[in-house]
Amino acid sequence: MTEAPLLSVEDLRVHFRVEGRVYRAVDGVSFAVERGRTLGVVGESGCGKSVTSLAVMRLVQTPPGVYAGGRVMFDGVDLLTLSARRMRALRGGRMAMIFQEPMTSLNPVYTVGDQIAESLAAHAGLKGAAARARVTELLELVRLPSAAKRASDYPHQLSGGQRQRVMIALALANDPDLLIADEPTTALDVTIQAQVLDLIGDLRARTGAGVLLITHDLGVVAETCDAVAVMYAGRVVETAPVAALFADPQHPYTVGLMAAVPRVDAARGRLETIEGSVPPPWSTAPGCRFASRCPLADARCRAEAPPLAAVSPGHAVACWRAPIEAAA
Amino acid sequence: MIAQLANRIALSIPVLLGVLALGFALLQLVPGDPAIVLAGPTATEEVVQAIRVEMGLDKSVPHQFVLYLGRLLEGDLGRSLISNKTVASELGAAIGPTAELMVACLAWSIPLGILLGTVAASLRGGVIDRLVMAFSVAGVSLPIFFICLLMIQYLGVEWRLFPFLGRGGPLWTAEGLDHIVLPALSLGLIFVGPVARMTRSSVLEVLKLDHVRTARAKGLSETAVLVRHGLRNALIPVVTLVGLQAGYLLGGAVVTESVFSWPGVGRLAVGAILSSDFPLAQGAILTLAMAFIVINLIVDAAYAALDPRVRGA
Repeated sequence: MTEAPLLSVEDLRVHFRVEGRVYRAVDGVSFAVERGRTLGVVGESGCGKSVTSLAVMRLVQTPPGVYAGGRVMFDGVDLLTLSARRMRALRGGRMAMIFQEPMTSLNPVYTVGDQIAESLAAHAGLKGAAARARVTELLELVRLPSAAKRASDYPHQLSGGQRQRVMIALALANDPDLLIADEPTTALDVTIQAQVLDLIGDLRARTGAGVLLITHDLGVVAETCDAVAVMYAGRVVETAPVAALFADPQHPYTVGLMAAVPRVDAARGRLETIEGSVPPPWSTAPGCRFASRCPLADARCRAEAPPLAAVSPGHAVACWRAPIEAAA
Repeated sequence: MIAQLANRIALSIPVLLGVLALGFALLQLVPGDPAIVLAGPTATEEVVQAIRVEMGLDKSVPHQFVLYLGRLLEGDLGRSLISNKTVASELGAAIGPTAELMVACLAWSIPLGILLGTVAASLRGGVIDRLVMAFSVAGVSLPIFFICLLMIQYLGVEWRLFPFLGRGGPLWTAEGLDHIVLPALSLGLIFVGPVARMTRSSVLEVLKLDHVRTARAKGLSETAVLVRHGLRNALIPVVTLVGLQAGYLLGGAVVTESVFSWPGVGRLAVGAILSSDFPLAQGAILTLAMAFIVINLIVDAAYAALDPRVRGA
């Protein structure tokens, strides 16, 4: 790909200062989202994937958060250096975000139509009948039944899946180039999950937007993403096209993660786990953060952090022992 | 919504009955015999006894209460023992000035409290925040009569800015406005503090919620986020507080009216109690109790207007 990616996060560091300790929630994260493609960022709870997504929108609360380094290049501009006013013009306009908690992400005292119209007024200057027409169009786009009527409903009158559709409509209001979805289906029933993911996929295909999908679910990644970045303890440990990652995982953590996915076709038994626990986010120990849990770790892994290095085109891994034989 | 309102009004009937019974019982404890008051200092014992029988005061207290309730149902509040005018006409003349005072007091104190609380919340931890909080502690801690006296001493007597005795006329006249400034200022001061504190903590609480993050993600300005998505939601507990404070407002009105010689229901009640004018005192207590109920009905309506979840239920 010769064209510069739509979004390129380079060595991003977001720390939190709380009670004298520095929590390095995001500690040198790099990845890129191409136009019309979906990048999945996958990792366990607390690995920094949500903070990364908020940091791209520059929605991390500062303080206690600190943008400690790196760049977030969006269409050639470093978002971390933009003025607050220019950043606001992008938020909800060319870049939009869907959150994890559809039950609480909408304001309970305004109708959903008004909440979408608010974004239309802020970015497109749409008001009155034009705004109402666009709201209906958007709610139809996300396949909310009887959209025009639903626009005057309050959030508490809608189900979780319907609210998440409203959130998606809200995110799409101003035809964003980049859509960030932070665990958009985690709080939903399985059947609704599939519908919402299909919807995001359809809309990406229709609008050509790039999608950054944050999830902890490898199944979701396999179904919906083109490329994937695996995060562990604030760092990206492996990034690859989705097929390559599943066929040939290179980082011992990725291998462990895949082994831990429960399978319906396997004999029943104990679920696979990765031994040990994640290092605390204030740890300043040198070396690979996975070293304490890694079956392959040696002295070098504990002394020096491995950089993200390519093992094949488009497939990079941060491991001194890579390339490894498929461990399965 | 209509059903809810009807329900609330029905529930207020036992409250009124309770207030009436309690007021009636308390008035029995006040020293002074209304028959003697009515008969005058020079009347003979026979005349006083005749008046007692005529007024029904020779009957037992519960019996008297039942008779009173019966008259009340017919719309008869009785006659003032002192002025011999009907209680209804005395109250009718006093309700207007009291309502005027309440409106004038709430019209400045609640908006100011909300404004101060919001500013304090948005500048949390700063100098302005601390000033507002210190001011509101002072407002909550000072007794209302003391505030009234300070107002009279400085704004009234020393600097001669505003009159401090009586009512000057209807609110729409310059004279009327001039006279209401000090009473409304004094009574409102006890409101600004609690409203500011509640608004501040409520706004800070709301700003932590997920939907505020959504509002920021829309690209709204911080002011729009604060006012439309912070303050609007934060007003719900503030309205509840105002309802709870209605009692203080009415109690404060009694003191304020007495200090400023404001011809309202509160002053009427104090005068009637002090002169053993039982029918008038009972009527004034009833009026104040109804005012409390009406304020709370308005609060409920405001609550429903602010929170669609209450409306739909």
